[in-house]
Amino acid sequence: MSAFAAGDRVAVLDVDVPGHIRTPTYVRGRRGVIEREVGRFRNPEELAYGRSGEPRRMLYRVRFAQRELWADYAGTAHDTIDVDLYEHWLRKL
Amino acid sequence: MHIGHDHPHAHGEPPAGLDPHAPQRDHDDTLTYFRKLEIAVRELLIEKGVLTADEVRRTVENYDSRTPEGGARVVARAWVDPAFKALLMRDATAACESLGFDMNVFDVTLTVVENTPDTHNVVVCTLCSCYPRMLLGMPPAWYKSRAYRSRLVRDPRAVLREFGTVIDDAVAVRVHDSTADLRYLVLPMRPAGSDGLSEPELAALVTRDSMVGVTVLSPVQR
Repeated sequence: MSAFAAGDRVAVLDVDVPGHIRTPTYVRGRRGVIEREVGRFRNPEELAYGRSGEPRRMLYRVRFAQRELWADYAGTAHDTIDVDLYEHWLRKL
Repeated sequence: MHIGHDHPHAHGEPPAGLDPHAPQRDHDDTLTYFRKLEIAVRELLIEKGVLTADEVRRTVENYDSRTPEGGARVVARAWVDPAFKALLMRDATAACESLGFDMNVFDVTLTVVENTPDTHNVVVCTLCSCYPRMLLGMPPAWYKSRAYRSRLVRDPRAVLREFGTVIDDAVAVRVHDSTADLRYLVLPMRPAGSDGLSEPELAALVTRDSMVGVTVLSPVQR
């Protein structure tokens, strides 16, 4: 039913679209791993404009290595950041 | 006229119409653009019958009634009750409801992340100010600041050091950016020296900042 499962490697779409987007720019185009599937939620990109937000979109927690996000990251190699991302922003690697 | 008011007047010259003895300055002088907008939208929604003034009041009072003591109760119970902790990690909303918290007004999924000897968790909302208000109340000003929101994802260990929190390099720092429908609460590690304390005594040890993840709990001195 859902496109991804925990452990899948994914990339975030690298697109710049106007509107109420909940995908932070610092993860766009970056690769991560599905940490968990959260469930289906009304799409905030639609809700923000007074529409129904249907159909609901699957939401995932995606884990990124900090060094994948910032080439000069000052911490350690095992530091990570988890970001909540909707299915339509992800593609499987 | 003023009971006990026998000191010479040295309050400076108040602007005309302001009470020099008011406990705090009135805020009527700050009817900013967004305050006006909020009042206009609220009054329109009430006039159109979308919601009632009483619903607005009850919602504001519900938010205002939440304090970090709520989160501390949840943390203390998780420390002493393994079955509760298992439920909390799997379905935090259900776990909190079992302690009597009304989670219905918050249309989000509460998620608890656990600190361990190997992993330190810390929470941010880079896009706005998402925060587990149902358990911690309103977020502190620094949580909403641009500096915290932009720097925590970029250099979390440096930000944590500014809070006095030094995380050993052997421990992974795991940042959680609440960008969507999840709200994160950090389950801090139970402090050393807390053996034998009662559940209310344990709850009293838990600080707001430890549940955001910018601090860790100090060992108990006895």
